[in-house]
Amino acid sequence: MIDHTSPATPSPACEDSQGLRPWAQRRACCANLEPCIEVRDLVVRYGDKPALDRVTLTIPRGCITAVVGPSGCGKSSFLNTLNRLSDLTACCDVSGSVKFEGQEIVGTDLDLIALRRQVGMIFQKPNPFPLSIRENLTFPLQHHGMKKRADREAKMENMLRRVGLWNEVKDRLDAPALGLSGGQQQRLCLARALVLSPRVLLLDEPCSALDPLASAVVEDLIASLRGDYTVVIVTHNLAQARRIADHVAMFWLVDGAGTVVEHGSAANVFEAPANPITAAYIAGARG
Amino acid sequence: MAEKTTRVVSGGFLPPARRGTDWPDRIATVLMWAVALLITAVFVWIVGDLVLQGLPHLSWEYLSAGPEDAGRGGGIAPILVSTLLILAVCMAVSIPLGLGTAVLLSEFGRRNQFFGRLVRYSLDVLAGVPSIVFGLFGNAFFSITLGMGFSILSGGLTLSCMVLPLLIRSTESALRAVPDDYRRAAAALGLPVFTALWRILLPAATPGLIAGLVLGIGRALAETAALLFTSGYVDRMPGSLLDSGRALSIHIYDLAMNVPGGESNAYASAVVLIGLLLVINALTFRAADRWLHQGITPV
Repeated sequence: MIDHTSPATPSPACEDSQGLRPWAQRRACCANLEPCIEVRDLVVRYGDKPALDRVTLTIPRGCITAVVGPSGCGKSSFLNTLNRLSDLTACCDVSGSVKFEGQEIVGTDLDLIALRRQVGMIFQKPNPFPLSIRENLTFPLQHHGMKKRADREAKMENMLRRVGLWNEVKDRLDAPALGLSGGQQQRLCLARALVLSPRVLLLDEPCSALDPLASAVVEDLIASLRGDYTVVIVTHNLAQARRIADHVAMFWLVDGAGTVVEHGSAANVFEAPANPITAAYIAGARG
Repeated sequence: MAEKTTRVVSGGFLPPARRGTDWPDRIATVLMWAVALLITAVFVWIVGDLVLQGLPHLSWEYLSAGPEDAGRGGGIAPILVSTLLILAVCMAVSIPLGLGTAVLLSEFGRRNQFFGRLVRYSLDVLAGVPSIVFGLFGNAFFSITLGMGFSILSGGLTLSCMVLPLLIRSTESALRAVPDDYRRAAAALGLPVFTALWRILLPAATPGLIAGLVLGIGRALAETAALLFTSGYVDRMPGSLLDSGRALSIHIYDLAMNVPGGESNAYASAVVLIGLLLVINALTFRAADRWLHQGITPV
């Protein structure tokens, strides 16, 4: 059955959900919060090829954590282990420890369906189902045990409003979702993930397939999730990470496998990076 | 006119269109049109010949009466019934089996590459086996070993052995052509594989599924050799699935080859067979479309 309560009560400091806020305010929002996901010595291999080597990282609850780094350094592989989507890849071997709210999810025989309801995911390319706009949101709800149609419809409207899509689609809810523009599709996917009331949202470069305007809309939306959800976003766009992230994890390829070379609050990583690789990467991207 | 205009306009830094350099394109265009017209012509020729020669003999009596004088007179009612029964047995067995195997191969077979390759190779070999061999196998296994004798049941089962490779391979490739994005999206939403399959993947694969089904039905309806040894020759109205029944294709073969003076009725039967094929295909398109596009939310 669905737990219809909100996953986390937003702290007062987070209620103003505008994306662009000073570091200090963001830190206040995400200071002293317990860890939501704790990753220790995570190793991911595809057959003989290592993808991630001994990644250790703590993801604080209710904050936006940006995972940055060059292409091919295992950022997406990392994200896929957090909801065990890595299980879909035949030769993917994951070891180490990932604790979600204290519970170990790597190598354990747990209910993946329950895990994935708690840990939603948005992909790089918008991937709404080839169904109507309405069905894209009501079908997962129906499957997860929301029996009453009126409840599903209410929840759908609620989420479409939350992602700012309601006014754009309310007159054509039964039209195919694939007829929406790229930005609208991505917002629909976000609504589809949010409609199941997850605690965590994993975003795999959610804006990289969108034009700048649509990207800005989605980015503001992600910023507005702060406090309500624990957000982990993989992004190539350092400016974006700087705008929305509370915490930043810098991935880098070391000896052929990706690992975290630096992580901490966004202010620290961007303004005073401790690791020379991070400093060079940020400076390079800036220049 | 157009060329002249172009020549006047291209006085700038771009050179004028060069003449005589596009002949490979022109030849290719002519060839493609020729091939397309040739194929259409062959189809029109066959159907036209059939209709011209067969239509005068077609009547309601022809469809509703039993054959007389070894098929020279009378109609084809029992033969139509047998044909439809054989097809029904064949499809009732091969659609669920085919769908299940295709799903196994495309969705669950990825982890066991060796098993998948073995099954696919076997299917490809089976698809190339001559139908007379299927007939002999059906006779030996269904008719004799399983004791079904010459019956509609053993004919339908033999046909399903023939149709299955076709159905499985086309369904599998249709499922594989569905973007992985849908699978990942469904998994990330915590939807079980079967829910995703039933509600998302199979509907998305509809066009491919229908194409496979139509090919399978066509092959089953057209089959003669495999039925000679399994469903038999008897042109009485079948009383049950265990009765022998003569399929339309066998009737046409018999009239054309073994019955002097049966040619005109062979033509008429062939028109009925083609008509039946068209009608069943149209119905398949509609039924599959409706089944697979059923509303997710009950209205």
